[in-house]
Amino acid sequence: MQDGLPARFHAWFAARGWTPRAFQLAVLTACRAGRSCLVIAPTGGGKTLAGFLPTLVDAAAAPPHGLVSLYVSPLKALATDIARGLEAPITALDLPLTLGSRTGDTAARERAAQRAALPNLLLTTPESLSLLLSDPEAAAKFAGLRHIVIDEVHALAGTKRGDQLALCLARLGSLAPASVRVGLSATAAHIPALRAFIGPDGTPDGTDLIESRGGAAPEISLMLPEGRLPWGGHMGLDGAPEILARIAAARLTIVFVNTRAQAELMFQALWRLNEATLPIALHHGSLEPDLRRRVEAAMAEGRLRAVVATASLDLGLDWGDVDQVIQVGAPKGVSRLLQRIGRANHRLDQPSRAILVPANRFEVLECEAAMAGVAAGDLDGEAPRPGGLDVLAQHLLTLALSAPFLPDDVFNEVRRAAPYAALTRRDFDDVLDFVETGGYALSGYERYRKLFRDSEGRVHVRDARTARLHRMNIGTIVEAPLLKVRLGRGRGGGLVLGEVEAYFANMLRPGDTFLFAGRLLRFRGLRENWVEAEDGGTGEPRVPAYAGGRLPLSTYLAARVRAILHDPASWHVLPARVRDWLAVQAARSAMPGPDDLLIEIFPRGGRYYLIAYAFEGRNAHQTLGMLLTRRMERLGQMPLGFVATDYVLGVWSARPPDQFDTLFDQDMLGDDLEAWMAESSLLRRGFRQVAVIAGLVQRDLPGLRRNGRQVSINTDLIYDVLRRHQPDHVLLRATRADAAAGLTDIGRLAAMLSRVRGNLRVVRLDRVSPLAVPVLLEVGKESVRTEASEEALLAEAEALAAEAMAP
Amino acid sequence: MTHAAIWHLAGHRLLLDPAGALIWPDRRLLAVADLHLEKGSAAACAGHLVPPLDTQASLRRLWALLRLYRPATLILLGDSFHDRLGHGRMLAADAALLARITSGLRTLWVQGNHDPDPPSRMPGIGVPHHTEAGLVFRHLPGATTPDAPEICGHLHPKATIALRGTSVTRPCFVVDARRIVLPAFGTYTGGLDANDPAIASLFPRGGRVMLLGEKSVFSFAFSARRQRGSELTRPLPAA
Repeated sequence: MQDGLPARFHAWFAARGWTPRAFQLAVLTACRAGRSCLVIAPTGGGKTLAGFLPTLVDAAAAPPHGLVSLYVSPLKALATDIARGLEAPITALDLPLTLGSRTGDTAARERAAQRAALPNLLLTTPESLSLLLSDPEAAAKFAGLRHIVIDEVHALAGTKRGDQLALCLARLGSLAPASVRVGLSATAAHIPALRAFIGPDGTPDGTDLIESRGGAAPEISLMLPEGRLPWGGHMGLDGAPEILARIAAARLTIVFVNTRAQAELMFQALWRLNEATLPIALHHGSLEPDLRRRVEAAMAEGRLRAVVATASLDLGLDWGDVDQVIQVGAPKGVSRLLQRIGRANHRLDQPSRAILVPANRFEVLECEAAMAGVAAGDLDGEAPRPGGLDVLAQHLLTLALSAPFLPDDVFNEVRRAAPYAALTRRDFDDVLDFVETGGYALSGYERYRKLFRDSEGRVHVRDARTARLHRMNIGTIVEAPLLKVRLGRGRGGGLVLGEVEAYFANMLRPGDTFLFAGRLLRFRGLRENWVEAEDGGTGEPRVPAYAGGRLPLSTYLAARVRAILHDPASWHVLPARVRDWLAVQAARSAMPGPDDLLIEIFPRGGRYYLIAYAFEGRNAHQTLGMLLTRRMERLGQMPLGFVATDYVLGVWSARPPDQFDTLFDQDMLGDDLEAWMAESSLLRRGFRQVAVIAGLVQRDLPGLRRNGRQVSINTDLIYDVLRRHQPDHVLLRATRADAAAGLTDIGRLAAMLSRVRGNLRVVRLDRVSPLAVPVLLEVGKESVRTEASEEALLAEAEALAAEAMAP
Repeated sequence: MTHAAIWHLAGHRLLLDPAGALIWPDRRLLAVADLHLEKGSAAACAGHLVPPLDTQASLRRLWALLRLYRPATLILLGDSFHDRLGHGRMLAADAALLARITSGLRTLWVQGNHDPDPPSRMPGIGVPHHTEAGLVFRHLPGATTPDAPEICGHLHPKATIALRGTSVTRPCFVVDARRIVLPAFGTYTGGLDANDPAIASLFPRGGRVMLLGEKSVFSFAFSARRQRGSELTRPLPAA
């Protein structure tokens, strides 16, 4: 018992053929000492058990009273499954510990029972935890809390759900000052930020770091399709025969792809070749949850040989004995690749096996870069951004629901949450003002206020109706408007296959065929909120595939790819076809250097092309494209369009581009950026999300029809009014902060522009260079738009129609 | 400088302004529909503190139109207030602006379903509908006398134009030789797609949708056959 583990626990471990691992005991020691800790260990290494060990050991010593332990996970299903897994040790060790879960799926009867008394150990999600904290009895219910286990910390920190959880943890820190936190995370970059996220005071030092390294290094290999190596494209369908052969040679394979469209297409390509009818299934986030669950169950029962999956299988439980992972297309990042590889073979002493299948030449370079990154242990990923003010707004009302508060106290409490450690008092006061009365310069909402202050300055919620409304709105996940896809017609009839974004459905015309849920469907029409489809027979889909709505991930490997390009000595690892390609580029044009910006200019098909090899990822290139074309417009160079990939930006124009120092000047991030952002649909989408989270408008609850008395106002209209009349309103500030951190990637762009200042290397060519071919192949595939305004589009559409109808 | 489109209804020359107003130059008349004033404060009553600026914004746009066209008659085609109590919730400055707008000319408050009574203590006359030189102005579509050409509101039409992999949705006028449906003028008013049966059934032989642009209206053919839609417009799902 010197290791702190009681004898009966040792016996239990021994009976299962296990020995307690050093990191599991370290967690126990830290918790004993009242220290919070962050556990970094691979999946399947006994990490979850490590989190619960302190609670189990305490329960063995003395029967707990009330809620003593909390487990928070980003996945609802995880809470349920962990509960099931914990029942074994609790029964075997005969522990007097009650267990329960509370998620959005918890039945009303169980919720009612929990209102009376919470179990000793509660498994929940950030949203349900926030809801529990809005309870006026929360202070009493959580006072006896000793341990808080936070799972998948790497997936939560830096997201809005993470912001909400951090605020809830700060509140729990006030309600139960003696509680300690155990964070569980996969290997990740930015470890100090994760430690701070777990820490009771919002700093890394408040948390012990417990790492379980070890395990064999993964075995990663590259597999190229036979025959030609594509110049462009991201689907990797050419590799299907080789992938199928590998599936046949293994027991259970996960074929990871990057987008839902790619999943649909790869699934089709494999089945076209699948003469042995190996059981191969499809798994992605747009599919009906029932369909997904059936696939997961079939995996667990060993009834499948392969699953084609997107990030929907990145997190969570181990479904079955996966012995091989195939990544099709660029891996995009080292952390992400490791996470996916970790899905194969959870025995630590054996290496995980993974095969990378690049879809084109540039992806060969990216795969090599990723393999080098894995070997070097060089993890990547966004650093967590500061917490959202919209999430704070929601949280302040949640706190007011539970008990009246003094703003000074709550300000101090909130700053103990790492994402809000640098929150200014001005932002805090503006957010509180927004929750109280809307925070508008023009007063007039005094009589509709949601909060009021008593004579001692304590903030109270106004009435029960405000509280009820708010409880329905808790949570930070805001879905894009989605429409369910139904096979067959009629009210209540037909098989529901999943959901697509409304904008996609809007692009379809009756009779169009498209791929979804692994089938070829023919679009019949929209009926209310349903997409009605029928079997599309065989043949090629007319609309390529359901695009999955989200932009593809941006790459973190660009710097490594650039380093490979720049250093011919490293080319020996590359396939001969790729080496030849690079050699011709070096001879004809130039290779991008580590600190310069290579710009190629050449004429083609009556246009001039400008290719900038910036290597900053697709989002940053997209922003650069928007800003650059504005500027070229002003200089009279008549830009016609652009296309952005993860590696380069290609712009084409009617006149030859010049004045490059002006074109690429950093000052484009000033007024031009403001002007573009203001009219960009990006910000409108972002504002909708912010407005829902902050409680400005009502969330569209599934299954809940709006009744006539509810007032619904389109957030685009509110955005326009606010932008014109109060551009510094706190919700607009929150929207701009989101956009700057996310899709526009302004930070990365700014760093690049400042680095290459004075180092532009312009090469004028008389024809396209080898390195530029892949980006030119993207032209026309991607939706290429200069900043053609809506007005210009309408004018063009009107002229087109007039021309078509002219006698 | 903005450019209004010209449309003839029963031989009368009318202008459709990109701000969403109808102007009848020969009669010095200007009509707007569905202002839904105080919709913002209605949301605030329901617990959603949206910016209380919609009334002011709507009235200022109306004021600008009056200065541009200098009409002698202003017809408010119903649903001028979002609800019966809306008038009482107006901020003093907004109420003053509305009084100023409606006092300088003949104002007709056509009854709407949201505001059956004209606001008390505001200049102007409340009417169930109004007929001028054979044209009927009313809130709800559906002619009072058979075949009388009419100008109506209520439906908040909008249309979506798809082009180059994207689409643009705007409020619009829907017109044919017998009827004009006005877009909603209010700052916070949403819309109903012109392909919705509620609108399309009023135009059994097709017509045109006139989308509101910043400086001009954009005109497209509008076919009543729902499945095909018109060449360019597509049905939008109810959001």
